[in-house]
Amino acid sequence: MPAEGESPAALRLEKVSHEFVSAGRTAAALKEVTADAARGTVTGVIGPDGAGKTTLMRLAAGLLKVQSGRIEVLGIDVARNPDEARARIGYMPQRFGLYEDLTVRENLDLYARVQNVPAAERQARGGELLHMTGLGPFLGRLAGRLSGGMKQKLGLACTLVRIPELLLLDEPTVGVDPVSRRELWAIIEHLVRTEQMTVVLSTSYLDEAERCQRVLLLHEGHLVAAADPVSFAARSSGRSFHVSAAAISKRQLQEQLACTPGVLDATIQGAFVRIVIEPGAQPLPEALPPRGTPLRIVAVPPRFEDSFVAEIKSTPASSPPPAQAVARDKIPAIGGVRDTRPPERQGESASEGPVIFADRLTRRFGDFIAVDAISFEVHRGEIFGLLGANGAGKSTTFRMLCGLLPVSDGTLRVAGYDLRHAAASARGRIGYMAQRFSLYGDLSVAENLHFFASAYRLRDAHRRARIAWALEEFVLGAHADAVSRDLPLGYKQRLALACALMHEPEILFLDEPTSGVDPLARREFWRRINALAESGVTVLVTTHFMEEAEYCDRLAVLAQGRVLAAGDPESLKERARTAQHPQPTMEDAFIALLEAAAEPKAA
Amino acid sequence: MRASVERLAGLLRKEALQIVRDPSALAIAFLLPAILLVIFGYGVTLDPHHVPLALVIEQPDAVTQSFVSELGGTPYFTTETFNTIQAADRAFDAREVSGIIWLRADFARQLSSRGDAPIGVIVNGVDANTARLIEGYLQQTWATWLSARSRVLGTRAGLPIEVQPRIRFNPAVSSRDYLVPGLIAIVMTLTGALLTALVIAREWERGTLEALMVTRASIREILLAKLLPYFVLGMGGMLATLVLAVTLFGVPFRGSLLVLTAAAALFLLAALGMGLLISSVARNQFVAGQIAVIVTFLPAFILSGFVFDIRSMPWAIRLITHIVAARYFVAILQSEFLAGDVWSVIVPNALALLIMASIFLGAARLGARKRLD
Repeated sequence: MPAEGESPAALRLEKVSHEFVSAGRTAAALKEVTADAARGTVTGVIGPDGAGKTTLMRLAAGLLKVQSGRIEVLGIDVARNPDEARARIGYMPQRFGLYEDLTVRENLDLYARVQNVPAAERQARGGELLHMTGLGPFLGRLAGRLSGGMKQKLGLACTLVRIPELLLLDEPTVGVDPVSRRELWAIIEHLVRTEQMTVVLSTSYLDEAERCQRVLLLHEGHLVAAADPVSFAARSSGRSFHVSAAAISKRQLQEQLACTPGVLDATIQGAFVRIVIEPGAQPLPEALPPRGTPLRIVAVPPRFEDSFVAEIKSTPASSPPPAQAVARDKIPAIGGVRDTRPPERQGESASEGPVIFADRLTRRFGDFIAVDAISFEVHRGEIFGLLGANGAGKSTTFRMLCGLLPVSDGTLRVAGYDLRHAAASARGRIGYMAQRFSLYGDLSVAENLHFFASAYRLRDAHRRARIAWALEEFVLGAHADAVSRDLPLGYKQRLALACALMHEPEILFLDEPTSGVDPLARREFWRRINALAESGVTVLVTTHFMEEAEYCDRLAVLAQGRVLAAGDPESLKERARTAQHPQPTMEDAFIALLEAAAEPKAA
Repeated sequence: MRASVERLAGLLRKEALQIVRDPSALAIAFLLPAILLVIFGYGVTLDPHHVPLALVIEQPDAVTQSFVSELGGTPYFTTETFNTIQAADRAFDAREVSGIIWLRADFARQLSSRGDAPIGVIVNGVDANTARLIEGYLQQTWATWLSARSRVLGTRAGLPIEVQPRIRFNPAVSSRDYLVPGLIAIVMTLTGALLTALVIAREWERGTLEALMVTRASIREILLAKLLPYFVLGMGGMLATLVLAVTLFGVPFRGSLLVLTAAAALFLLAALGMGLLISSVARNQFVAGQIAVIVTFLPAFILSGFVFDIRSMPWAIRLITHIVAARYFVAILQSEFLAGDVWSVIVPNALALLIMASIFLGAARLGARKRLD
């Protein structure tokens, strides 16, 4: 409902560019972005980490100075009248803007007061919000003690104490479990319907794009596309296929497909390899390698991500960084990890039996049982995933596997060593890549490699050889002297992986390895991991990203310290298949499992 | 946008709840000052107390006996008597004694013939401060003994000038009496600058300030909501320290409470201004804490005249002390506690505090914007 002749757009950006200067380096966050968000709709600002999403949101909220271009919020020039604009918008920053040492009620009360909600209305409004978010029973709880999902809902409630005309949400679903994500979306859609509110939210989850009316796709500061998600996904319609071959492993198939001209994207999705081909190319079995092998090719409906990757890869303006192009040819060589291993260590772990064996593994913290008698085994060359929301017990399990946390009860063997007695010996066989890439930001790439090589006691010629190997294999040679803090996220990830592989471990632990990394870098990363698994390295991944789960051979779904289900991705998805949901996603499967587990309790 | 009492009340309430619930804020506001008070009230003292001295008396007689009893009458020294300087030297080298007093064999003869007799004093210069103090106390003791003896014997002849040391304002010459008042400046720096900088940096870290900026609360209200609670906390710290100083440690208070409170308020405003300024530069608690300690706490400790006399500093350092707000406050504090309302001290120092408070608060207000860049 455009009032007093204002523009129909709730948010309008005209040729907005923004640069940050840090340590003498200028980095462009936004480059001439022109876009708008219509009133009464949900607009998603989508793109990988570092695409400029947060900058865009902060500019719209008047939190950053408009350097060039023009931004209008509800017809108000933000640069000229920031206060007037702010009075009509609601904004939730990335970490929800909550006072953790205040209770739920106190947080709501604070925001009601600073937003001038009259005392008479406060009570009613508060009750409404509590009902909507389901936070009623937790009024007296400190915000810091809430789960990620509840924090997010409280943060949202705090921005809604006064219904804003424009609601800006900066990555509202980061670090939040899938169930809470769905609830948040339900609230947002309800508000848009009932209050005619306009919502602009940023996210790095491409699957959320599909719930928006309109999507602004950012990549490296450029607006790559502005479209409604259905028609955007349809851009790759008729070009998405599931490919499977009986004769070779899905990883080998994916590797070969990815190198085929005309194939824009090849990812593992459960038992299949999903490919997106160039417009005009034919998905004929004889056109695709490996020749002579019977391939099964099935056309599938296009996904948003298919178009996203296709769009970026086929746009000459924003070609992928050259290093990624080079890396593509280098990847098969990683299979050589095994060959460089001293002969006496080769085949050592090829002995029968699982590489990782957990039986009724338990960890208690006082009365609290963080990990409750979980059992699983992982075999050589397998990629095994631990999937679960925050607080499900993933990190605790991981720390026990790494020998960092003693086991309370049960059996845990890693590479044949009982972790109760020989944690140190087991650790020598493990490569570990921590969630936030535990690199030394002040050290250069070469210095980081040198440090980790020394930490693993590699000496002289051996150390030099491994560093040279890492620089070459991970295409870091050109950046050897660059300070690692300044590297793009994708490079940091590569360096972190190189550091974890310095001592040629036979087991690789990855903790949320691709969180926040853009889809292209994520693809490249998983190609390396696949190559490692092919060469016999056992890989264990923890994640709460459903997309990462697709890359695993087998998964264990954790909730509240227990294994809810285990199996390969296809069989887990199969369980969630219903008449309404003929093609359940990993997330559907995950939520179905959680709901099924919660039911007996509710009854 | 018009200021709103409702908004400010909401922000103030939040701040109060946070202070009460945050153990680290309570520790900085109350525990740290209490520890400092105990350390300075009981532990650290600049007065020599039972310093072991070697006394070499080459020829004991009634005269030397009289001098020894004078020495023994002070709580500053404990003496151990040696017959030869060599024996005393050995004790000195072994660090058993901190100094040697040497009465030569002709001490009594010289005294009776000249009315004045030199004594040898050797002090360990490693700890220069203590050495100078020992020297001073010994000279004073010696002069007192000489003049007392002259009076008794009625022989004024040998002494043209009678030494009559008189120490003003701190007759007991107790260093505690000037250290404890100075502590008030330290306590207020802790709450005013360090704590304020830390809590605002924490709001940056947690993203709460970002959220507040996009609400209707004005930047003036946000700043005021930080100033007021920590002002109250700082004044409370001042009063608590004052009460403890006077009751527990028996430090005299000779000025007026009104003058002290006014001066303290000025100083606290300057400290709060510094805290706000620091937090606009440092957006994480670690950096904010480091900066606050280096630019406010340490200068208040070292360069304010709280422990070290500003007049005995090299001129370059003396120049720097002029930008340390604590120096003006410490001057007022020492006057208020030890001398009373000495207006010639209070007025210029209070003016300096007023100027500094205006500069820091003004800069903090100008620097604060409802923006992140």
